[in-house]
Amino acid sequence: MNKILFGRYIPLDSFVHRMDPRSKLILSFLYVIVIFFANNWWIYLLMAVVAFVSILASKINFKLFVDGVMPLLWIIAFTMVIQILFGTGGQTYWHWGIFSITSVGILNAAYIFVRFTLIILISTLLTLSTSPIQISDALESLLMPLRKIHFPVYEVALMLSIALRFVPSLMDETETIMNAQRARGVDFGTGNIIQRLKKIIPILIPLFVSAFNRAEDLATAMEARGYRGGAGRTKYRLLKWETRDTLATLVYSLMAIGVFALRLL
Amino acid sequence: MAITFKEVTYTYSPGTPFEFQALKNISTKIEDNSVTAVIGHTGSGKSTFLQHLNALLKPTGGTVMIGNTTITSETSNKNLKPLRKKVGIVFQFPENQLFAETVEKDIAFGPENFGSTAEEASKIAKEMITLVGLPESVLSRSPFELSGGQMRRVAIAGVLAMHPEVLVLDEPTAGLDPGGRREIMQLFGDLQKKQKFTIVLVTHQMEDVANYADHVIVMEHGKIVKEGSPRAVFANVEWLHEKQLDVPASTEFAFEMQKRGFQFTRLPLTESELADDIADFFKKRGQTHE
Repeated sequence: MNKILFGRYIPLDSFVHRMDPRSKLILSFLYVIVIFFANNWWIYLLMAVVAFVSILASKINFKLFVDGVMPLLWIIAFTMVIQILFGTGGQTYWHWGIFSITSVGILNAAYIFVRFTLIILISTLLTLSTSPIQISDALESLLMPLRKIHFPVYEVALMLSIALRFVPSLMDETETIMNAQRARGVDFGTGNIIQRLKKIIPILIPLFVSAFNRAEDLATAMEARGYRGGAGRTKYRLLKWETRDTLATLVYSLMAIGVFALRLL
Repeated sequence: MAITFKEVTYTYSPGTPFEFQALKNISTKIEDNSVTAVIGHTGSGKSTFLQHLNALLKPTGGTVMIGNTTITSETSNKNLKPLRKKVGIVFQFPENQLFAETVEKDIAFGPENFGSTAEEASKIAKEMITLVGLPESVLSRSPFELSGGQMRRVAIAGVLAMHPEVLVLDEPTAGLDPGGRREIMQLFGDLQKKQKFTIVLVTHQMEDVANYADHVIVMEHGKIVKEGSPRAVFANVEWLHEKQLDVPASTEFAFEMQKRGFQFTRLPLTESELADDIADFFKKRGQTHE
């Protein structure tokens, strides 16, 4: 359970941490979109450099990023195998039925590996350097224009921040319940798939019960304090766009321009 | 069954920014057939300590001897099941672990995991529900229909059903009304006398410590800062106040009287001791006046 990195914020004081969460969110999206335009190694090199500089600017230990990539290695490997076996074009090394290994297939697989790794690195950087509450604030602010088409922005943002807030609580709760059932003789690590699935029931039911109780308590507490969502509600945390955000946007825009220029190579 | 801790340390998430040393060089012994109370603040390492008692956590350094089994950081997670049968833990708010459709099935869950047949387990469930003071008619009901206090009793019955040799109680009376609290503690006290087992009790209720414990362990910041008999530990009222810990109400009362010149040979721990001391004092004074 300790390996899960999603939603794990590492509070530090760095350039990246101090950035406006909105700019971090936009730039991460930009990065992910731009990387799909990459078609040669120079572009990947440029983007890798930008990613590593961003990571350095966050002062977060690089080992944590490696830990973040590790659990997804299987998915990457699977995609690579598919790409190698089904990719066509270039020189054919091996052929059998619908499967073939070609030079283009191998090259594409290598691209996919780099692309996935960079995407994971940059999104891990976002979640490690931005607290969940900041991310939901940023989303709320960015989704604001959608209110014109009656999209419930405030409600969605509130739901998101409540959900994010309860991820660690539910994880703690799961741990406690698992311990309690372990103490009553459940051995979670053994048995075949069906036996293992059955062992989940004594965890899931208490977890659901307590989640519903918690939700009800939370609703009562919010109502008791006079919560009214929607327009006119002021914020404790104000988002402010500063020079460092402009600077970062500039760097990422240059990178995007560089990528499109290098595509012409 | 005795449990011995030898220079035990425990660190959460070692090697990450969340690294936290919860136990620092703990050495102590929990005697067979004794009642040991563990007191200390939230975050003093009590819960971590408890989870070492049946190897839910394994020490990062040092060894824990549970009966004849030695647990170190290298112990494999397999073959711990017999140990879990011998040491039953009632966690804080144990009603949160109930899950089965009926009370009977929930109580039978533990015994069945440890190899009892369905029949044996339902027989045990019947015994246990009476033992914790609920009518047998509850057995066929859903645990979620019961009141909070009743759910607590069912959860406790579920742990007692495994017939553990050591019973670990993490604040078993938290959130109960005074009546319920007394009844639950009475239940454990009676059981301990009848069946002769070892109890480890974490509590903030110093009265319970005075009434039931043979041995008290005081924890602070992951260390044992004091241990001994309740009388020895509660003798130093000022030291405990300094640590922001309470003493039993009778001890506190006597301590205040002492400040006003009343003499005690030793500070009383319970109401009856306090009453006896005061009665003795007036008797003696009556004699000197004659």
